[in-house]
Amino acid sequence: MKLRQTLLAGAIAFAPVTAFAADLTIGFSQIGSESGWRAAETTVTKQEAKDRGITLKFADAQQKQENQIKAIRSFVAQGVDAILLAPVVATGWDEVLEEAQDADIPVVLLDRTVDAPDDLYLTAVTSDLVHEGSVAGQWLVDEMDGADCRIVELQGTTGSSPAIDRKTGFEQAIAGHDNLQIVRSQTGDFTRSKGKVVMESFLKAEGGENICALYAHNDDMAVGAIQAIKDAGLNPGDDIKIVAIDAVPDAHLAIANGDMNATIELTPNMAGPALDALEAFLADGTTPPKWIQTESKLFTAADDNQAIYEQKKDLGY
Amino acid sequence: MIGPKHSTFKRILPQLLILAAALAINLVVFPDFFDIDFRNGRLFGNLIDVLNRAAPVAILCVGMTLVIATRGIDLSVGAVMAIAGATSAAVVVEGHGWVTALLAGLGAGALCGLWNGILVAVLKIQPIVATLVLMVAGRGVAQLITEGKILTFSNEGLIHLGAGVVAGVPTPILIWMALGALVIFVVRRTALGMLIEAIGINERSSRLAGINSRVLLVCVYLVSGLCAALAGVIVAADIKGADANNAGLWLELDAILAVVIGGNSLLGGRFSILASLIGALIIQSVNSVILLSGMPPEFNLVIKALLILAILVIQSPRISYLMYMLRASGPQPQPDTAPLPKTQKEEAQ
Amino acid sequence: MTHDTGPVLHAKGISKFFPGTIALDEVDLRLEPGEVHALLGENGAGKSTLIKCLTGAYQRDNGTIHLDGQEVSPQSTADSQRMGIGTVYQEVNLLPNLTVAENLYLGRQPMRWGLMARRRMNAMARESLAGYGLDIDPAEPLTAYSVAIQQVVAIARAVEMSGKVLILDEPTASLDRDEVQLLFSVIRQLRDRGLAVVFITHFLDQVFEISDRATILRNGRVVGTRVLADVSQKDVVTLMLGRQLESQVHDRKPAKAGETLIEVENLGKRGMLDPLSLALREGEVVGLAGLLGSGRTETANLIFGAVPADQGRILLRGKEIPVSTPREAVKHRFALCPEDRKTEGIVGDLSVRDNIILARQASQGWMRPIPRAEVNEIAERYVKALDIRLASLDMPIRLLSGGNQQKALLARWLATNPDFLILDEPTRGIDVGAHAEIIALIEQLRSDGMALLVASSELEELVAYSTRVIVLRDRKQVRELSGAEITPENIVHAIAEHGTPAEEGAR
Ligand SMILES: Nc1ncnc2c1ncn2[C@@H]1O[C@H](COP(=O)(O)OP(=O)(O)OP(=O)(O)O)[C@@H](O)[C@H]1O
Ligand SMILES: [Mg+2]
Repeated sequence: MKLRQTLLAGAIAFAPVTAFAADLTIGFSQIGSESGWRAAETTVTKQEAKDRGITLKFADAQQKQENQIKAIRSFVAQGVDAILLAPVVATGWDEVLEEAQDADIPVVLLDRTVDAPDDLYLTAVTSDLVHEGSVAGQWLVDEMDGADCRIVELQGTTGSSPAIDRKTGFEQAIAGHDNLQIVRSQTGDFTRSKGKVVMESFLKAEGGENICALYAHNDDMAVGAIQAIKDAGLNPGDDIKIVAIDAVPDAHLAIANGDMNATIELTPNMAGPALDALEAFLADGTTPPKWIQTESKLFTAADDNQAIYEQKKDLGY
Repeated sequence: MIGPKHSTFKRILPQLLILAAALAINLVVFPDFFDIDFRNGRLFGNLIDVLNRAAPVAILCVGMTLVIATRGIDLSVGAVMAIAGATSAAVVVEGHGWVTALLAGLGAGALCGLWNGILVAVLKIQPIVATLVLMVAGRGVAQLITEGKILTFSNEGLIHLGAGVVAGVPTPILIWMALGALVIFVVRRTALGMLIEAIGINERSSRLAGINSRVLLVCVYLVSGLCAALAGVIVAADIKGADANNAGLWLELDAILAVVIGGNSLLGGRFSILASLIGALIIQSVNSVILLSGMPPEFNLVIKALLILAILVIQSPRISYLMYMLRASGPQPQPDTAPLPKTQKEEAQ
Repeated sequence: MTHDTGPVLHAKGISKFFPGTIALDEVDLRLEPGEVHALLGENGAGKSTLIKCLTGAYQRDNGTIHLDGQEVSPQSTADSQRMGIGTVYQEVNLLPNLTVAENLYLGRQPMRWGLMARRRMNAMARESLAGYGLDIDPAEPLTAYSVAIQQVVAIARAVEMSGKVLILDEPTASLDRDEVQLLFSVIRQLRDRGLAVVFITHFLDQVFEISDRATILRNGRVVGTRVLADVSQKDVVTLMLGRQLESQVHDRKPAKAGETLIEVENLGKRGMLDPLSLALREGEVVGLAGLLGSGRTETANLIFGAVPADQGRILLRGKEIPVSTPREAVKHRFALCPEDRKTEGIVGDLSVRDNIILARQASQGWMRPIPRAEVNEIAERYVKALDIRLASLDMPIRLLSGGNQQKALLARWLATNPDFLILDEPTRGIDVGAHAEIIALIEQLRSDGMALLVASSELEELVAYSTRVIVLRDRKQVRELSGAEITPENIVHAIAEHGTPAEEGAR
């Protein structure tokens, strides 16, 4: 089995590489569609490929690594020109990445990295989670401008890397600003419903009037919290400032409605930079850096959130 | 002879005491715990939150108690919540009214319950395996309906079910209390309760006594599916959106726990829905301790596990027997005749 | 009996209280080496409770136990086994999912290189059971066999465990004469080896046949210990009941020609029962006789739909009716009081009241609950009529004594007012007093126009109430006796016509 694949891969490796963007075929192994953001990433990736005239072979792994490994093997067997991989877990990729390398097919990691020697993949396109947190923190620092502010924090799923990094980044940004103080921090599991429940308890435990700002590790929790704040008879966005991360359409809508103040974008467009790098590499061998960091863009009431909402809402969020 | 009222009280006394203790811990970590005021047209306070947030588990445990009484278990309720929430959301998003949406959600739950019931009662698959199928596959079905995103809606009627108030009281509180009262009434004022218990204790004897155990089993899973659907619609309404990935996640375990804390045996037989409902309140009170204590979230699971463990240990037959011995003087019965929750005489009305 | 050494086991002042019941009140029991000691008493007198207190299954509330002169206090049944007391409890307590051999040797399996020596164990089991006339495959799970066979397995296990005392609580309730004789020869061997054997039963003939002395309990108290050679059965009965048992006059009027109620035509199921036909008229009692495993219980189960038949049909008043489930049978006013009361009869954790009302409620449907007052009236009526001894109607039925459970099950079915009542071993575990009453009851029901089909291994009993007797052998109908033909001798003869009974007992 393995032998046959190796032979097959070897045979393909001898085929001349004709790197014209117009007839590129790229395989994309996506994790699944477990969140709106993921769905948007799929939509945007397909769109990016179409715009560039690239044939995209899409494989949905339904949260299973074995499906992703199968998909990559089948891409290799089909002799695609490159592979995009959004890995579901960090470990266990060495063997299949080696198979791709033996077949001279470059692999670009999207959104997450893997625990494998970095010569097994071309580059990884991810956001910087710590940076996202610090953009949020910096926004609050600027917004408060020295005024005292008691902050409550809705953390992501305890122990997950986005929760840890987004917390770290935020804390780094507010460090040294003694007027800003996180008074309560509890996990909302990245869900709207837990966001609402936990915010309810914050409002009671601290007293709504004593909370000046909410930092949520994602927009979903912020959207849930907004409802809890309204139920408490307070005015979200005004009485309590709200900053969160992801910039999903509902967050733009909330900002447009004045219920929320700021969100930092985790762009679903990982494919854009990835395809840029691939095209350059396949055309003339330009080696991209091992890590391409996507932009963490801040959106506030200053932007036309209504328009952005309309634009984003059909991406699949 | 002991009257029914008195014995109901005796049956739920341990649960009431534990609930009181759990509320007392809340009071310790947060002195204003019992304050309730009226704000923004609704009752506002921690106690209200406990009652309100207990709604999903309370509703689930009504059906779960019946299923467990037949010696079964329903692992699929969390997934069924997601399916029902997604179905209702999809229906209102299509522009239909909230009644249609609610009925569609309940219908989806009924179908799921029927499926489970047929697997268990007709195909004789072990309940834990039979309902595992839907537990695993159900969330996928829900995701298909919502296409992986949070299906947001703004239908006021539907939202009212989860986030609204009636005379200042959050609607979910009224719904779970009404449902609990209704099911307890039906089960105890008809012969349903006794027949369900008979099946759970000795299916073979019951069948030979002419009980239609197959139909009853299907019904019980059907009720569980309906309860799950109702909980799912409420949870979706609460956040104005169906979140197929997270709605009801792990709630089947909380529901089972509520039934167990309610002193019902997982081996089936005598049951008390009222005690299970108090069990649900106990679980929510424990959650409230965690939220109000302000401890870092890394401790959440540890605190919850310790508190639940303490509750189950206090309820264990050995300890109950010891307590009985401490209180009793004179002739002392043996563990097999001690007043264990399961074998107590009368049932909650 | 040897009196030069002291007693093997001497229990003094044993008391046991349950809520609402004084089950044992200062009971003394003295077992000499090499004696078979019968323990007698009415249903609920406290026999089983005494055994359980002696063997540590229950903790006694008072009293001392001396074993070979040393005070002991077994804390569990395993404890008493280690001390050399082997016990068969009234409700056979084996593990149904294990094989026969595993049940026999559980906890003391023959080992080989640290593993269970399965083949050797099976061989040992086969040999051991052969001593009781059983030729069965010990590698089969226990559930594959009838209660009677399970009981023999339990006895064999207890016998091998007993170094000093063997206690048998109603071991012969579901055994045939021949098995009983085999058991008695085993008991005699043990007795001759100097063991003390406690024997509980309601069959007085057996008591007088095997026992040397008897201790009689009434309402939890010892009313006397007698050397049986010195007393008559009548004396013993009077001691047990506290009154004289009026001798029953059997006025067996020939069956009044009632309407034909039930016709069973060629009903059978492959591997279970050869096609069988019988007809019952109102006011008739048909007895089913046969050895263990001859198909008595199978016949009852097929007619009641407890096991669906794969051929034949049933007609009710001339019209064919489907009876593939008990539910359908109940709908047509059939009733079946099963042989195995523990697994097929009682619903252990439900109250006595609910158990009595269960079948009637099931046939009414859940929507129409029987009003509480009526439930109480029915339950109290039958408790009184059948003299069921209980502390309260609210107590779980599993806490009743064995014989009283049996009566409660009878009450359950009488409460449905059946037209056709099937009784499978109705007097199993029932005391002498109640035994006569149940026979009188059957007679009464018959003259009220009910049709009854009664399977029993007690020939005298069958002869007493049957208007006809169907004899089964080897899962086949072999004879039908009626009128004056019905005598114990004729039945035994019909049963034994071909083959040897010992073989028939096995399955
Ligand atoms: N665990 C228990 N809890 C309460 N009452 C009990 C319990 N066990 C037995 N009893 C009661 O104690 C009395 C004696 O019961 P026991 O089983 O010893 O009778 P028995 O003499 O063995 O009768 P039988 O001949 O019917 O088997 C009965 O009234 C029974 O209801
Ligand atoms: Mg007994």
